[in-house]
Amino acid sequence: MSVSILVIDDESDVAELFRQRFRRETRQGTYVLHFALSAEEGLDKLAGGIRPQLIVILSDINMPGMDGLALLREIKRTRPDLPVMMVTAYGDDERRRRASEYGAASFITKPVDFDVLKAQLRQLSASPA
Amino acid sequence: MPDAFLAGRPSYVDFFRYLAERGEYSADLEAELSRTIEDTRREMRFERTRPDGRVIEVRRNPVPGGGFVLIYSDITERKRAEEAIRGARDAAETALRDLQTAQASLLHAQKMAALGQLTAGIAHEIKNPLNFVNNFAGLSVELLGELRAAAAPAISALDDDRRAEIDETIEMLTGNLAKITEHGRRADGIVKSMLAHSRGTSGDRQLADINALVDESLNLAYHGARAQDQNFNITLERDFDATIAPIELVPQDITRVFLNLFGNGFYAANKRRQKMADAPFKPTLRVTTRERGGAIEIAVRDNGVGIAPEHREKLFQPFFTTKPTGEGTGLGLSISYDIVTQEHSGTIAVDSRVGEYTEFTIRLPRAGTGARKDR
Repeated sequence: MSVSILVIDDESDVAELFRQRFRRETRQGTYVLHFALSAEEGLDKLAGGIRPQLIVILSDINMPGMDGLALLREIKRTRPDLPVMMVTAYGDDERRRRASEYGAASFITKPVDFDVLKAQLRQLSASPA
Repeated sequence: MPDAFLAGRPSYVDFFRYLAERGEYSADLEAELSRTIEDTRREMRFERTRPDGRVIEVRRNPVPGGGFVLIYSDITERKRAEEAIRGARDAAETALRDLQTAQASLLHAQKMAALGQLTAGIAHEIKNPLNFVNNFAGLSVELLGELRAAAAPAISALDDDRRAEIDETIEMLTGNLAKITEHGRRADGIVKSMLAHSRGTSGDRQLADINALVDESLNLAYHGARAQDQNFNITLERDFDATIAPIELVPQDITRVFLNLFGNGFYAANKRRQKMADAPFKPTLRVTTRERGGAIEIAVRDNGVGIAPEHREKLFQPFFTTKPTGEGTGLGLSISYDIVTQEHSGTIAVDSRVGEYTEFTIRLPRAGTGARKDR
């Protein structure tokens, strides 16, 4: 059964990168990828309902408008059980600390190690929220 | 002057002698006298110090119709005040010079800190696009492999010439992507070094034995250099002060400084060996540690090619390097400078003679005793 992943990043090439990195999984129907270019767009998509079942949100931190950490708080308020992973080029202690304080499932620094990410996703889909 | 003496209507010469006996004049009385009476129409002014220490100003004003008036004033207080003013002015000038020196070194430190921040800022900006380059290059290698596998049956059906052409193209594409990946990784390494500038004071301070830290870094640097170049060799001299008490610092950052300095020393000493070709020369690196009361000092001295005077000013600037392209990033010393001066409130000084030696001296104040640079 397929599950969904929502990727939120203001750089559109991130979507292309995920599409290519997950080309086998999407072809096999393991995952369905959804993309949003801002936190606001991500929240809209979330409110509109994402099918098949959404198992995780991957969000950038530095974005124009609402940033990733604010988005994280908002999602944790409305959907406390939905895992959110923060993905950022800025792997400093302060962002890391705040991400974990707000309840992020994990903190991933760019460049993303896709093997590690896929292993984490397999764990999540084995025990969907 | 006593009335009795004046009542006798003394001549100017008598008058002069009277004053001389009282100690008004210096040793050569006759010479002074003849000079004084030479031309009585001229206005004169002189000062003398009496044996009792009082300073007297003597003014001689000619009066119309001949003769003159002598005015004696005690100017001891004025002199003392002038002396005090002169002393105060000298002190102020010294203070100003000190201030200018401090300002210059502060400006230098600020410039270096700004350069460090700029470097880290640039690194952040480059990191994102570079990640895309590396990621897509890696992906393309995979995609090309898949394409090759998928197209294999079709390609094998082609005639030899066409097949050779396609194989060659795919091979070149694969090679190009490997090069993009390789150089991307190199750029990534540089970006990581640049980012080291922005870490500021995030490191954990702990009490450390500086001699053990130096020794460990020396071994690390030595074996690292040997691993890179089988022919590399150098004599290591350790002159450690065993009385140094543990000091609070960020061990991994200070180790990084040592590795940079030792690596540079190795490089310089071996460059000199290469230059001297056949002449007997023993590349040597000596590390000295000393307790300086409230601070410790670590000196790293190599007998290498030395640093040209025109390079000395730029030594700690990011990206300044004299090594050939690809061999050095020019970030080692600028990061070391940040770590020593910003993170540890210490100083790093360099002394060198071209063709003879280079010596870096690091001074690390003990916590609470050093003047903190940050406000």
